[in-house]
This record gives sequence, C-alpha cells and structure tokens, in this order.
Amino acid sequence: MEVAVVNPGDPLKANRLRRSGASRNALRANLLRLLLPLLLSFALPLHAAEQPATTPIRIGLTPVFLDYQANFVNEWRQHLERQLGQPVSFVQRGSYREIVNLLREQKLDFAWLCGYPYVRNKDELRLVAVPLYQNEPLYQSYLIVPATDKQTRSLADLRWKNFAFSDPDSNSGHLYTEYLLIRQGESPGSFFGKTFFTWSHRKVVEAVASGLAQGGAVDGYVWDTLALSHPQLTARTRIVNRSPKFGHPPFVASRAATEQQIAALRQALFSMAQDEEGSRLLQTLNLNGFVQGDDHLFDEIEEMSRFVEKQRP
Amino acid sequence: MMHFKNLSLRYKIPLRVAVLAIGTAVVLTSTLVYRGIEDLRANLIDNADRMGRVIANTLTEPMLHDDVWRSFEIINTPFRSPETGKTGQEAGHILILNVSNTIYASTQPERFPILKDPASIDPRYDELLKALPDFQSSGTAVVEPRKSDDLFLLIPIQSDGLRIGTLVMSYPKSPFIERSYGLIRDAALITLLVLAVLLPLGVYWGHRMAEPLLHLSGAMRNMAPQLPDLDNLRIEESSDEIGQLGKAFKRMLAELREKEQLQQQVIASDRLAAIGRLAAGIAHEINNPLGGMLNAISTFKRHGAQDAFTLKTMSILERGLIQIKETVAALLVEAKARSRPFDRDDIEDIRTLIQADVQSKRVNFSCECDIGDAQPVPSTLARQVIINLLLNALHATQPHGHVHLRIHREDGNLVIEVSNDGSYIPPEKVAFLFEPFTSLKETGSGTGLGLWVIYQIVQQLGGLIAVQSDEHETRFTVQLPLQENTGA
Repeated sequence: MEVAVVNPGDPLKANRLRRSGASRNALRANLLRLLLPLLLSFALPLHAAEQPATTPIRIGLTPVFLDYQANFVNEWRQHLERQLGQPVSFVQRGSYREIVNLLREQKLDFAWLCGYPYVRNKDELRLVAVPLYQNEPLYQSYLIVPATDKQTRSLADLRWKNFAFSDPDSNSGHLYTEYLLIRQGESPGSFFGKTFFTWSHRKVVEAVASGLAQGGAVDGYVWDTLALSHPQLTARTRIVNRSPKFGHPPFVASRAATEQQIAALRQALFSMAQDEEGSRLLQTLNLNGFVQGDDHLFDEIEEMSRFVEKQRP
Repeated sequence: MMHFKNLSLRYKIPLRVAVLAIGTAVVLTSTLVYRGIEDLRANLIDNADRMGRVIANTLTEPMLHDDVWRSFEIINTPFRSPETGKTGQEAGHILILNVSNTIYASTQPERFPILKDPASIDPRYDELLKALPDFQSSGTAVVEPRKSDDLFLLIPIQSDGLRIGTLVMSYPKSPFIERSYGLIRDAALITLLVLAVLLPLGVYWGHRMAEPLLHLSGAMRNMAPQLPDLDNLRIEESSDEIGQLGKAFKRMLAELREKEQLQQQVIASDRLAAIGRLAAGIAHEINNPLGGMLNAISTFKRHGAQDAFTLKTMSILERGLIQIKETVAALLVEAKARSRPFDRDDIEDIRTLIQADVQSKRVNFSCECDIGDAQPVPSTLARQVIINLLLNALHATQPHGHVHLRIHREDGNLVIEVSNDGSYIPPEKVAFLFEPFTSLKETGSGTGLGLWVIYQIVQQLGGLIAVQSDEHETRFTVQLPLQENTGA
C-alpha cells in the first residue's frame, strides 16, 4: 500500500490528501474495487509534486513507527518545515527495500530506517539521529502469540505453526527471529508451517491477534506504543519473549544530503523535545527525543546480519 | 355425524363462499410468498456472487505473490474491523483455498488455520469440495449442503484463465429464514385482513342467495294440511332462476287453491242436489197419501157424523195434515209457474213488505236498484228470493245496523246483492248453509228452510248464489239469468 505525503505548497491538494487519509477506514468497509482507482488518484499527483519550485527535503518513512496516521505525519512535516525553513516532503513506501533503493538512488535525502538495512548499506548512508525510547536509543524485538495461547513459553514451542514477520529487512520483525533459528540449525522455512510478511509491525500484531498467525515477531517499541493507543488490540496478544536491546531504528542520510542539511535536520530533531509542539509530537510518537548516537549501537544487528547472510543459500 | 349435503343452504352457501374465499386467499398468498422468498434468495445469491467476484478478482495478485496477509486483509474487509476483532456473527465466514484445497487464509483463522484441510475441520466441506468447478471454469458454484444452516458460494480465483485458488463464502440461512418468516408473517396478516373484509361480505352474499330458496322451501313444506296464504309469502320477484321458481310456485299455489275451492263447491252442490232429490222423493211419497187423507177428511166433514168431538178431532187432523202439506210444499220448490217479468213495482212491493221489520229494529235500509225496464226474470220467484234474503239480513243485523240491497244487470244476469253488517257466518258453517233446516238463529225461530228455498229457486232458474262473510259484512250475491228468448 502506497501512501505519500508531499509538500506541494498547495493547500487544496493537501486537504484532499488529508481527507483521503481520514476516510481510509471508512473505505475499508466498502467494496474493495473502490480502493484501486482511489489509490491511483492520489498516487499520480505525487509525482507531479516532486519537483516544486523550492526543492523540498525528501524524507523517507518506513513502518518502523506508526506510519498510518496521515494526520500526525502531516503535522510533523509542517513542524519540520518550520524548523528547517524549507519544504519537507515525506515519502512513504510499503517496504523497507523500496525506501532503501530510493536512498541508494539518491531520490531521498533522509529516511527513518531500521538498523538492519542501515548496517547493510552503511557505505552509502550516514547516521543522522537515533530516537530515544524510554530514555535509551534502544528497543527490543518481541515474540508474540495470540492471548488465547497459554502454552507457548518460547520460540521452540512454535514449530510447525504459522508465523508472521513484518518485513524481510526488519531487524525486530524478521532478522532476530531468523538469527535465532539459524543458530539452532533451522530456518524459518523449515521450522514454521507457513510464514508470511505483513509489511508492517502493527499488522503483525493484528495477524497474531486474529489467530491468522500463531506467532509473530514485532518491534517492541511499536507493540508498547500500540498498547497505549489500542490496548484492546495488544490485549489479544501475549509477549512470549523479549529480545536483548538493539539500536533503535535511526534517521539516516543518503549521499544526496549535504552536510548542512544533515546538521539542520539533526538540529531540528534534537530540538523537538525543547518546544511545546515538538514535545506533543514526540508524545504521540511515544519517544523522548533524538540523540546523535553512533554506529556501535548497531553492532549486534551487524553481527546477526553477517551471521545470517553467511548461512543463507 | 351430520352429512354436509344434508346441511341447510342457509349454512351451506355461506360455508362454500367462505371456503372459496379462504382457499383463494391461501393459494394467492402462498404463491406470492413463494415468489417473494425465491426472489429474496436469488437476490441474496446474486449480491453474494457479485461481492465474491470482486473479492476473488482482488485476491488474484496477493495469491500469486503468496501474500497471506494481504489476502487475509482483503477477505476480512467485509467482515470486521481488525482492532476490535469482533466478527459479525450473522456474516458467516470466508475461506481462501489454494489449488490443493487446503486453507490459504480465512476470516476465522482460529477455526480454519492456514494449511489445514477444511474437510477435517468442517465435514460439510467434503460435499463442498466435490462441487468445485473445474480448473478452467470461472462460474460460481452455489452449494447448500444437507443438514446445514449455511449456504456456500464457491468462486474460483483465476489468473490467466487458470484457477489458482477458490474463494469460499458461507452465508448463514438464518437471516434469510428470518426475513422469509417476516415475509410470511406480513403476508398472513394482510391475508387475514382481506379475509376479515371478504368473509363477512361473502357470508352475507351467500346468505342473501340462500334466503329466497329457504322461503320457497319453507312455503312448500307448509303446503299441507292447508295451502299457505299467498300474501304471507315473501318470494323474490326477480327474473333469475330463483325468481322464476318463485313465480311458478305462486302460480301453482293459486291454481291449487282454485282447484280446492272448485272441489269444495262441487262437493257442496252435489250434496245439495242429493238432498234435493231425496226431499223431492219423500215429498212425492208423502203427497199422494196426504192428498188422499185430506180428501177423506173433507168428505167425512161433508157426509159423516156431525157430533162436535168428531168434528174437532177431524179439524185437528186436517190442520196437522195441512201443516205437513205446507212443509212438504216448501221443501218441494216448484219453479215451473210462469209469471210476469220482474219490474220496479216488485221492488216497491218488497220495500213495503219489509217496512214493518225495518222500523221495528230501526235498521238503516238502503236500496240501490237501477234496473230500468222490466227484466225477463220470473217476478214471483225473484220477489221470494229477495224477500227471504232481506228478512234474513234484517234478522242478522244488530238494531241500528245497516242492510243494503243492490239490484243491477250484468252480463245477461240480474244480480241481486244483499248485505248487512251484523254477526257474520263462521266459515265452517258456510259449506252447509244452503241445506234444509240449517238455522243460524240461536233461538230456533224460523223454519230453517229460507236459504234452502232460495237455493232451490236459484238452481232451478239456472242461476248462481254465493256468500261472503267477515267481521264487517255478510253479503249474499244471487245471479239470475235473464230469460230474453224464452220470455218472449
């Protein structure tokens, strides 16, 4: 599913996007055939708006956070625009890989990305900032099962079960679980019955809550945040295992971003905790703020990544 | 048990009308309800099929890409919001089967987990899977497994004309059945309302149809022992068959009555004739020795012993014999005597003759006698008839009563009517009225031969005599034929 928020400097289009986003839930209940032309209708103006008069800063967003709140994303964009004094364009894509590809092709200046694709593409990317979650630039991967499942104590109990991953390029939603299995001489394909990707952490929770999957790997930060905003959803899942702490998905810059831009964005992110609006946005994000961080935060992920890639056929 | 065919039309016709109305209503309602339910079902399946096809089309791509989550999201769209996880209980479930007919995704993942054989979970799927269309077919199969509360739609998910999976949508029949019941309930209510109007109307019509027949049948039943009075018959005067029947019945009744009257008249006149012959016979037998006896007494009185005792005895015998002779003569009415025609002087004489009786009883006597010239009717006999009738009338009427005499010509007859307003003649006595020694007078005065004589005279003159009597008036009517040719 592609949802793009752009800064065309055109309030009409922005309004239309807001409306489209807000009506998404309502649309779900309607006939599906309505969805396709609708999506097309606002996928087209996106390209037209990518070359506005003043070049906007292009920031890619991935489902490392709650990426479905169009209204919030718009507010955050406007906040950053004010901070940077420059138009900001958020680009959302359905998978990490698409964002990574855009970064590598320098079609994006920045992106909020998982640590796993970051360490894999370290040569081409620069670390900008790391979010502070519970006052640490760290997060965990949760192994969750449906709340109705009272037996499962560990991953080993999920053999032959159906398992939901979030994204193949996600650390918490894929790499960590795969790493654990490979270390035991297994692989997701051999160990589980059926595995599938939901392309979003939140949807892993939904898949497990509905019973479609008997287990799932999910970003602990997303689960915790959902537990605050949608407790009835997370209550239908149970956390079986919490991983060790890893570096939180960071903001990274592509080669297209200049040093000034990096510094400006860094400053804008750091200062969020200082002003009222920024604090409110951080509160919605369930974050404490941003820090510069360093590459060592992602050493464990890099280690797992190397290990897993060696074992992959 | 009473047979229906013995039932009175009073109930039979309304019952039949009611049965017809109810039958029609039930058949009509059932047909409409059946059609309604069929339409409802067709609509349901049509809508479900249309939705299923949209879903199946949308599923092609995620299934080709083995995207379980997208497929799950798509089939869940019509059913629930994933946040609350509340499935609509009435919505049934949707299943995606892959090519090998194991579960690919379902809206009830806990019941139908991925990769399981649906038939091992729900035995109805055994039957369902047999109904699967072949791999090239794009048609929807609608399956209603036996002993199932659900209806299933099997829609192929196709890519490039080949089936890559099957969308199975289950629909519980309960809402459909509920709506059907609603339909039936409404229809029944309307039918009852219509019947509530139609039934009384039908029963009323049936009743009206039966009514004249019932009257007719009642009248026929009452024909014995006495013919019913025509005036009391309420028979419909219409031109339809019942009306015609009624008219025919009335006609028949009138003819019967006439025949009965005729019969009674014949019987009465036969009896009177027999009595007349008997009386004449006896009179003749008596008259012969009587004449001899009277002659002998007369001779004896002229030639025999003249002592007073004998003469006195002879006189007693003679008076007795004369009385016998008079009585016999009275019985033996002889109308042979020729006399002059009846004229106005006769009427005047009659008035004079009865004057004393009229005055003594203070009766209002009126006379309406416009006969004009002399009428060729024997005046002696006519006078006798009129005087006898008038004396009877004067006797029968109360003091200050009315007696009326009317004489006129009509159709070659001299008609004499004598009426009075006194005590009337009971019907049972009318039949014997003209027989000798029938007296209506309680005191026994009179000979009881007055009407007998009148009857004999009228008979011998070839006329008619009739009597009508009710509380208001007693009227004797005598018709004497005018002897125009014989009198000349």
